[in-house]
Amino acid sequence: MPERQTILGLVDSIGNKEQRCVDIVQQYLDRIQQLDKHLNCFREVYAERALDQAKKVDKQIEAGKDVGPLAGLPIAIKDNIVTEFGNSCCGSRFLENYKSPFTSTAASRLINSGAIIIGKTNCDEFAMGSSNEHCAFGIVHNPWDSNCVPGGSSGGSAAAVAAGLCTAALGSDTGGSIRQPAAFCNVVGAKPTYGRVSRYGLAAFGSSLDQIGPITQDVKDAALLLKILAGADEHDSTSAQLPVPDYLAQIDTPIDRLRVGVPSQYISEYNSDAVNEAVRNAVEVYRDQGAEIVDIDMPLTEYGVAAYYVIAPAEASSNLARYDGIRFGKRAEIGPDENLTDLYEKSRSQGFGPEVKRRIMLGTFVLSAGYYDAYYKRAMQVRRLIKEEYDSAFAKCDILLGPTTPTPAFEIGEKTDPLSMYLGDVYTAITNIAGICAISLPGGFQRSNDRLLPIGIQIQCNAFDEQTMFRAARMFESQTDFHKVQPELAKTGNL
Amino acid sequence: MGFGTLEEVDKQLTIQEIKQVAKLARLRLTDEQLKQYQGQLHTILKHITKLSELDVEGVEPMAHPSNISNRLDEDNPTISLAQSEVLSLMPQVEGEYLAVPKVLPGSDEDA
Repeated sequence: MPERQTILGLVDSIGNKEQRCVDIVQQYLDRIQQLDKHLNCFREVYAERALDQAKKVDKQIEAGKDVGPLAGLPIAIKDNIVTEFGNSCCGSRFLENYKSPFTSTAASRLINSGAIIIGKTNCDEFAMGSSNEHCAFGIVHNPWDSNCVPGGSSGGSAAAVAAGLCTAALGSDTGGSIRQPAAFCNVVGAKPTYGRVSRYGLAAFGSSLDQIGPITQDVKDAALLLKILAGADEHDSTSAQLPVPDYLAQIDTPIDRLRVGVPSQYISEYNSDAVNEAVRNAVEVYRDQGAEIVDIDMPLTEYGVAAYYVIAPAEASSNLARYDGIRFGKRAEIGPDENLTDLYEKSRSQGFGPEVKRRIMLGTFVLSAGYYDAYYKRAMQVRRLIKEEYDSAFAKCDILLGPTTPTPAFEIGEKTDPLSMYLGDVYTAITNIAGICAISLPGGFQRSNDRLLPIGIQIQCNAFDEQTMFRAARMFESQTDFHKVQPELAKTGNL
Repeated sequence: MGFGTLEEVDKQLTIQEIKQVAKLARLRLTDEQLKQYQGQLHTILKHITKLSELDVEGVEPMAHPSNISNRLDEDNPTISLAQSEVLSLMPQVEGEYLAVPKVLPGSDEDA
C-alpha cells in the first residue's frame, strides 16, 4: 500500500510535478475500494467527478496556472455538510435521497482552493451520537480495532483520515463530534471558536453550539485547512466579522514561556489509567520546553454534561421541527381518513432513528410549559457560570491541557445506556457550552490484550485564539511521535 | 404533568406524560418505545438535577456564546432559488403547488 501522506506533503509533490493529481486521486479511490468495505466510512464516493477534476487540475498545472493551495487533494466531508452534487443525507433515512440545491460555505471554500471532494462520510444521524452506532446507513468501524467504535458523530471522517482514505476530512462538532472521534482514531481534530467558520449549509443540530472543523493527520494540515475555512460569511449572521490570521505563519516557533493550565478535575478517577498517564506525560512534554505549568481549579467541569444535555436537545427539538414530511425529505403514506397531523407524526416516526427521537423527546420536555425555567433557563444560567469559569482560567494561563475523552474507544454495542454514552462527553461538550476553541491530538496508546487503542490529548484555548492553540499543539506534536503511528490497516490493508 | 422543579424529578414521568411529550414533538411511539423512553428520560433527567446544586440566583441566562446582536444587512435583492428547483425537492406537488392533505375538515369539494 502506498504511504499515507499529509496535505502539505502532497502539495509539495504536486507542485514539483513529482506526482500527477489524477494518479493521486486514483490511489485514494483504490484504497477506498479496498478498505472501506471493512470500515463503512463513506456514504458516497464521487469517483468520476473526482477524476474529472483531477485531470483539470493537471492541465492547469501543465499550463503553469495558479491552482490554489489545496489543488488536487482528495478531501472528504461529513454527510451533514451539504453540496449541490450527490446526496446529503445527515446519516438519516429522513434525507436518504435529499439533493441540496446549494453548496455549504465550508465545502465551497475547499473547492475554491482546488480541493477535490472525494466523498461524504457516514455520521450519527443528524450528528447526534458519540459512536456512529446511530447512523441509518450502518456502523463505521474503528481502523485500529474493527470491534470498536470510531467515535462520533464525525466517525466516518476520522476513520477515513486514519485509514488514509482521504488526505483530510471535515467534521462538525456540537459537543465533541470532531475531537472525540479524532481521539479514538489517532488523528488531529480541531473545533474552532463558535462563529469562526460559517455554518451555512451545515444541517442545524444545536445552533448555539455547532461548528465545522478539520480532521487531519497532523497539526499543520489542520492549521492550513482552518485558514481556508474560517472567516465572515454573508450567509451566516453568526459568523465572526474578524480577520483570519495565517495559522501556519509561526506554527513551528514554540511559544516562549507558555502558561499551560492543568485543571485538577481533568486527571480523574473516572479516566482510564492510561488516559491519566497520557495527560501527565503531556504536561512533562510542555515542562521540558520551558512552559510554566499552572494549577487550575475548574469545579464546574462535572456540570458540563448536565447543562449540555438540556441545551443541545432543546435546540435540536426546535431545529428538527422542520422535518415534517411537507416540504422536503421523507413523506409517509397516509390513508384516506388520516389528516395532516397523521402525516407529520408518521413521517417523523418513520424517518428518525431512536437517538434522534430520544433527544427530540428530551428537548421538547425541557422546553415545555412549566419546565422551561427549571431546566432550560437554569441550564443557560449554568452556561454563563461555565463561561465565567473559563474566563478566569484564561486570565491565569494560555492553554488548558487535559484528555479529550475519559477512555479510549469502546466496543460496538458496549454502551447500551444513553446516559453512560453522554457522560463520555465530559471534557468536550463543555467547550461548546463556552463557545471557545479546542483541538484533540494523538497523545498515547492504551494497550489491552494484544491491541493498541489511541488516546487523545485536548488543548482548549480562549475564543478566537486558534493561533495559540495551533502553535501550542505543534509544540506537543513536534516532540512526540504518536501522530505518526498508523493502524495496521492503513499500512498493510489487513485488519 | 406532575412536577415543576428539578428536585422533584425523582418521580418518574408517567406513560401519560411521556405520551403528551411525544404528541408535542409530533412523534408517534409504540408502547414499547414509550416505556423505553420513560426509563431513559428518567435516568437522564436525574443526572440533570445536578444543576440544582449550583446557586444561579441573579445569573443572566446565556443563550449564545457570541456577543453579536441583530446584525443588519443592506437590503440588496439577490437571485434566489428557482421555483422549479424548490418544487423538485418537494415530496408531492400538483402543478406549481406543494400538495398537502386537507387541513380544514368539511366539504371534499375543491374550492
